[in-house]
Amino acid sequence: METVDLSWLIGGPQGSGVESGANIFSRVCAAMGYQVFGKREFYSNIKGEHSYFVVRVSDKTIRSNVNDVSVMVSYDAETIFRHADEVTKGGAIIYDSDLSKTKTDEVPSLDNYFKSRLEKLLESKNKEFSISGVLEYVKEKGVKLYPVSFRGILSSVAEETNNPKLKGMIRMFNVLGVSLSLGFLGMPPESLLNSIESIFSKKPKIAEINKQAATYAYNYATAKFEKTKFSLNGGKKEPHTILVQGHQGTAIGKMVSGCRFQPYYPITPASDECVYLESNEILEIKEDRPGSTVVIQTEDEISALGMTIGGALTGTRSSTCTSGPGFSLMAETLGWAGINEVPIVITLYQRSGPSTGLPTRHGQDDLLFAINAGHGEFPRIVYASGDIEESFYDTANCFNYSDVYQVPVIHMLDKFIASSVITCKRFDPEKVTIDRGKLLDRIETEDYKRFEQTEDGISPRSKLGLEKGIFWNTGDERDEYGHISEDPVCRVQMMDKRLSRLEYILKNIPQEDQVVSYGVYEHCIISWGSTKGPILDAIEMLKKENLNVGFLQLKLLHPFPSELVKSLLKDAKTIIDVEANHTGQLGSLFKQNTGKDVDYYILKYTGRAMTSTEIYDSLKKILENKADKREVLTHGA
Amino acid sequence: MALKLSDYKTEFHNDWCPGCGDFGIENAIQMALAEMQIPRHKAAIFSGIGCSGKTSHFINVYGIHTLHGRVLPFAQGAKIANPELTIVAAGGDGDGLGIGAGHFVAAGRRNVDMTYIIFDNGVYGLTKGQASPTLKLGEQTKSLPTPNTNYNVNPIGLAVASGFTFVARAYSYDVRQLKDLIVAAIKHDGLAFLDVLQPCPTYNDINTRDWYAGVESTDSSEKPRPRIYKLEETGFDPVVHYEDEAELDEKLSQALIKSLEWGNKIPTGVFYKNEIITPYRGRIKDKIPNYVENPPALQRISANGKPITDVSKILDSLEV
Ligand SMILES: Cc1ncc(C[n+]2csc(CCOP(=O)(O)OP(=O)(O)O)c2C)c(N)n1
Ligand code: SF4
Ligand SMILES: [Mg+2]
Repeated sequence: METVDLSWLIGGPQGSGVESGANIFSRVCAAMGYQVFGKREFYSNIKGEHSYFVVRVSDKTIRSNVNDVSVMVSYDAETIFRHADEVTKGGAIIYDSDLSKTKTDEVPSLDNYFKSRLEKLLESKNKEFSISGVLEYVKEKGVKLYPVSFRGILSSVAEETNNPKLKGMIRMFNVLGVSLSLGFLGMPPESLLNSIESIFSKKPKIAEINKQAATYAYNYATAKFEKTKFSLNGGKKEPHTILVQGHQGTAIGKMVSGCRFQPYYPITPASDECVYLESNEILEIKEDRPGSTVVIQTEDEISALGMTIGGALTGTRSSTCTSGPGFSLMAETLGWAGINEVPIVITLYQRSGPSTGLPTRHGQDDLLFAINAGHGEFPRIVYASGDIEESFYDTANCFNYSDVYQVPVIHMLDKFIASSVITCKRFDPEKVTIDRGKLLDRIETEDYKRFEQTEDGISPRSKLGLEKGIFWNTGDERDEYGHISEDPVCRVQMMDKRLSRLEYILKNIPQEDQVVSYGVYEHCIISWGSTKGPILDAIEMLKKENLNVGFLQLKLLHPFPSELVKSLLKDAKTIIDVEANHTGQLGSLFKQNTGKDVDYYILKYTGRAMTSTEIYDSLKKILENKADKREVLTHGA
Repeated sequence: MALKLSDYKTEFHNDWCPGCGDFGIENAIQMALAEMQIPRHKAAIFSGIGCSGKTSHFINVYGIHTLHGRVLPFAQGAKIANPELTIVAAGGDGDGLGIGAGHFVAAGRRNVDMTYIIFDNGVYGLTKGQASPTLKLGEQTKSLPTPNTNYNVNPIGLAVASGFTFVARAYSYDVRQLKDLIVAAIKHDGLAFLDVLQPCPTYNDINTRDWYAGVESTDSSEKPRPRIYKLEETGFDPVVHYEDEAELDEKLSQALIKSLEWGNKIPTGVFYKNEIITPYRGRIKDKIPNYVENPPALQRISANGKPITDVSKILDSLEV
């Protein structure tokens, strides 16, 4: 049997249901036993700008998107203008035939940059600047076209069901697009109808209309569309597979880890996690009364982190979640947590900066900032997850690290992870442990000192409200009780106490949680965060050609596991740094800590995540000695 | 065994200038805690940065000396996580009404059950006397090179407008009234604000102890005419007694009007008190019914190092 690996793209104006369309499609594919990897791209806008969703479906493990689109469905002109060229030879475009005459000038949301690139291309192919021009061009490239009048379908459904109102319900275009795709790909209709039912479970009338339209469109495609090599007729269903969205990994991780307090200020792509936590704020507790996560929307990120610390001082596991601009505002407060040795977790969903940057687009440009944010020197942990599944388990680790080492932990994720939807193994809370370190429940002695000097530099920790546990905190340097002290000897003792922790952390976090090695060869990639998926897929593509490239995924980025990385890389000759930023921040960190240079960089800063295709292409060039020192990737609309 | 006033004092060296109004506030807080017999471990003083910010080190309860302007977020976080604590936030006028003004307004809207005391000295004491947000336009205190170019904030008016449900003013040399107001503020179920007029003998040479006492403005018999008077002695009723729009409007507007009084007549005492508005605790309870009995800080999260939160229903819903 030939393996299935196809990419399906749906696009449309923001607010038109692109996301729910893609959710239905992903759900149906997952229910059929396929692996799903979906990614959403959208503008910083609520209604009208172009958004799209690419869902890659396969019967083998996939962890990334690829460049080529196999099947595209569009119910607006802009999707065709922007994405038709991505559809591969032999691929299919299902589109609304009522749009054929639309000219590039008639789509105001097509920005001038893109428009002039497209028109230049069309001019060179001698095509007119319209949908039919674009379609003619891709048809010549070998793309199959499936025109269908979306309004026509609505009219027919209206007639069939004796419900003239249906004619104008263009809001259902997304459902039509999905249904046509399912019919075209030969997928079973039942799960489509089930999905619609569950989405509109509170509005049975609307569910009914949508089901009628979906059925009609599905049958239409089955009857009228000529079949291609692309079909999805059932994968191998692994038991306990979940279909999970980016923000759910950290959110469910927080629930399981016992995070009970999360103040935050809204920001893309971090607020989804907070909203999800709040939607599930009441928690079931085994053999006990219900628990809860108190989620507070604050007035700004300074307040969010201040409140988080206030919560942590009461012994509550507390965290906040933010993105670059918010994290910038937190810098001073982070230092306060550092000097006072307060365990908190900051979940940092990066996006493209600087400043507001590309507010809804991907980037990994805050690594060095996370490591250095805040004035002065204080210990912290910066820890990065590579995908959604990891983010669940890592969240639990981050809380343990913060409690055990009494430091703020910055858990790095990004927009790519946040707006992905993937199938993976059901999260297993049994694999999670909870270690609260030296947090005290009772104090017997009379002379408690919060910052008592100890052998490992970490002092037993009281909490507000605990009898005999009174302490003071201050952002000033302090003595063992926590009172201000400017004594030079005390200063040295306290600095040493706090900063000795970095060594201690490196010694105590298990090595496999610091760096994950996927094999080391002469050519070896170092990378961090969400590049993991596309890198692994690219490496696999090379393997099929008997080409081996190694890969170290660095999870613990601060303190930097220099010795471990050096020893793992001892047989590697060519180091390739892959990350989604301009300057190669991990490369700098690597050089600073190991003294070694990176040989090649594969970088991307378009705001779009890397595809495995792109990484594969660059690695190939590197292996063939044809690469530039900086390979800069650009794929994606 | 009853707790004595001295139990609430630390031995930490106090380095405020001699004669500073801050001493009166520190003493009044300790007296209030002693009077209410609040167990030391159940109370926490949060403070900002400034001369006033050091207060937390002098009081022998949990003491959290936070960042410049950020005392309210820290304090609210602790109170929301553990509502059993008695929390007093304290800080300078620059701290709370300058750099922290956004938090001031947001805190009012939340109405978390705690007390906030501003040490209102008209200057930035700890940075050597620059103008604070309460200094009047055109005034020139000792270390200002030129007169103040900003209009002043009206702390009482801002508190009333922001939603604080207990708003009062005190004078740091009238420790008895101040202590009584702190007790009332702590007992108030909601966010209480206390604007304490605090002479800074080192930098504020305008609003001095003598100025408040009216030494330079004598009456016909050559006796000073004190500027400060007590609202309760004028029959002023600050309390919103029942839920009614007209009643609320009246009490809010009389508080605002009183807050504008300054100069020869400066009111102290309670300007506004409203216990009809639900404190934040009640608003969380509406969503999380057992929040008060089982708040974040008291929840068990693990047994033998393993999580006890059961997310199986959530995971079931994600299964394909
Ligand atoms: C972010 C930040 N900016 C500036 C300062 C410097 N600073 C310390 S105290 C202070 C002003 C204190 O004035 P106020 O809040 O009125 O307190 P006071 O000393 O008068 O009691 C300033 C600006 C600081 N600590 N932090
Ligand atoms: S500078 Fe003013 S406020 Fe600060 S301690 Fe001295 S007198 Fe008090
Ligand atoms: Mg001041």
